[in-house]
Amino acid sequence: MSVLVYIDHTDGEIKKSSLEAASYGAKLASQLGVAAHGLVLGTVSTDLSALGKQGIQKVHQVKNDSLNQFDPGQQATMIAEAVGSLGATVVVLSNNVTGKALAPRLSARLKAGLVAGAVALPDTSNGFVVKKAVFSGKAFAQVEVTSPVKIISLTPNAFSVSNGDGSAEVAEINLTVPAAKIKVTGINKIKGQIPLSEAELVVSGGRGLKGPENWGMIEELADLLGAATACSRPVADSHWRPHHEHVGQTGGAVAPNLYFAVGISGAIQHLAGVNRSKVIVVINKDPEAPFFKAADYGIVGDAFEVMPKIIDSVKKLKGK
Amino acid sequence: MKILVCISKTPDTTAKIAFTDNNKKFATDGVQWIINPYDEWYALVRAIELKEKDPATVLHLVNVGGAENDAIIRKALALGGDEAIRVNIESQDSFTIASQIAQVAKEGGYDLVFTGKETIDYNGSSIGGMVAELLDLPYVSLATKLELEGSNVKLTREIEGGEETVETSLPLVVSAQKGMAEQRIPNMKGIMGARTKPLKVVEPVAVEALTSIAGFELPPAKAGVKLVPADNPEELVRLLHEEAKVI
Repeated sequence: MSVLVYIDHTDGEIKKSSLEAASYGAKLASQLGVAAHGLVLGTVSTDLSALGKQGIQKVHQVKNDSLNQFDPGQQATMIAEAVGSLGATVVVLSNNVTGKALAPRLSARLKAGLVAGAVALPDTSNGFVVKKAVFSGKAFAQVEVTSPVKIISLTPNAFSVSNGDGSAEVAEINLTVPAAKIKVTGINKIKGQIPLSEAELVVSGGRGLKGPENWGMIEELADLLGAATACSRPVADSHWRPHHEHVGQTGGAVAPNLYFAVGISGAIQHLAGVNRSKVIVVINKDPEAPFFKAADYGIVGDAFEVMPKIIDSVKKLKGK
Repeated sequence: MKILVCISKTPDTTAKIAFTDNNKKFATDGVQWIINPYDEWYALVRAIELKEKDPATVLHLVNVGGAENDAIIRKALALGGDEAIRVNIESQDSFTIASQIAQVAKEGGYDLVFTGKETIDYNGSSIGGMVAELLDLPYVSLATKLELEGSNVKLTREIEGGEETVETSLPLVVSAQKGMAEQRIPNMKGIMGARTKPLKVVEPVAVEALTSIAGFELPPAKAGVKLVPADNPEELVRLLHEEAKVI
């Protein structure tokens, strides 16, 4: 019996969302009184024993460079084999881009119930019930998993990374590597930026900024805070900002600790992408902007006057 | 070339979210239903574009649910597609739904199965991956572009902080998102034509659900916004640092 955490990595580094999944998996394992194991498919340049800090006791790795190219069919087959040989009863993944491709395949393969996008540890007092966000963050559902093996994909930034002083045992595991059916032919990453889905802080701009030439203050504040930048749909549709920055119903959904919205009115479609943010700040000159109803802090004022003062104040705070 | 597009029915984006039956069921009173936007705008429209390019393409839609879904299915047919198949079963967990779609896909021998990246009600992003696994087909999720070159397929998919181009071959399962196509409005000819397109109702295969919903809850109400005067933005920074402790 064990909890098996799938450890996702990119460019040789374990993703932060996977450190969250590892921390979650380890807490769940101790709740169930079983061991916490990690599974790494492919090669990384970091020391995997450091996953002990998140509470993982043993990391199983298939050291094969070809696995760094992601084929969900291939990887789901391998994880399923590992679940069998390690006797895992719960598999934990991050509900990041990789997890969204992998978890449902694994669920169908193992006939194991999947809770996609969990936000809290399971309630195991009576059955196995996991809370997840539904209706684009407007509600939560308690999902009961009734199958013997259970799969949980954890919403990024919903569970904090534990940082203990443990060290995990690292061993190679022998799994059959099926032929990949998907060939990665190119990768285009936006350099030097924090991926929106992993960001703890997000500074976002809307139509109120009047044009792409005014994004300097959004970028400056983001840079000072170590935040990612985002935008509303009209901004992406007008090509003021790249599409991957668009958050909202049809763009990406984020759940950062801070969502700092400048010049965004807060249409319901936009709120659907950001309403799981822990703290929402709204700067808008229209006191009737619907976003104020969803905000924790706000300033009714002209962004062009307010933002430079905020930037100066953050500079002072950061000692810059 | 045969394409199958999965169509889900969801509450309208602006629908009020409330629950009945001791918070066990979604309150459907007064709810406007729509085709799940990701299924409609991206998966269906891209499939229609492929058929426009190659008119020999057979394009079918599939929905899992009761007769109350027929209105939505006709709306989808008004945009395009030759016929629709509805698997007549009360919607259950994603594995049950995926199993029904996989059965339809298997029987129809489709080359390409398209879904939206997720539904806006349960946000599971699960159906495409499950269908792919049940059919033992490759799966490209969160795709923003798809081009066919014979049986070879070139796609672009989202990765953290960017995108990746991939190549694979048919048959294939794809989940589509923004970038794949642009929303279309059905024209009068489409709406009229949709009335007479075949809508086949098939009976479900027996599948045991793996999950069930024990209950719903609404998030705690926000305490209300704390407004900081526009002439003192420094106070906002102080509050974020000292009170909210987020910066």
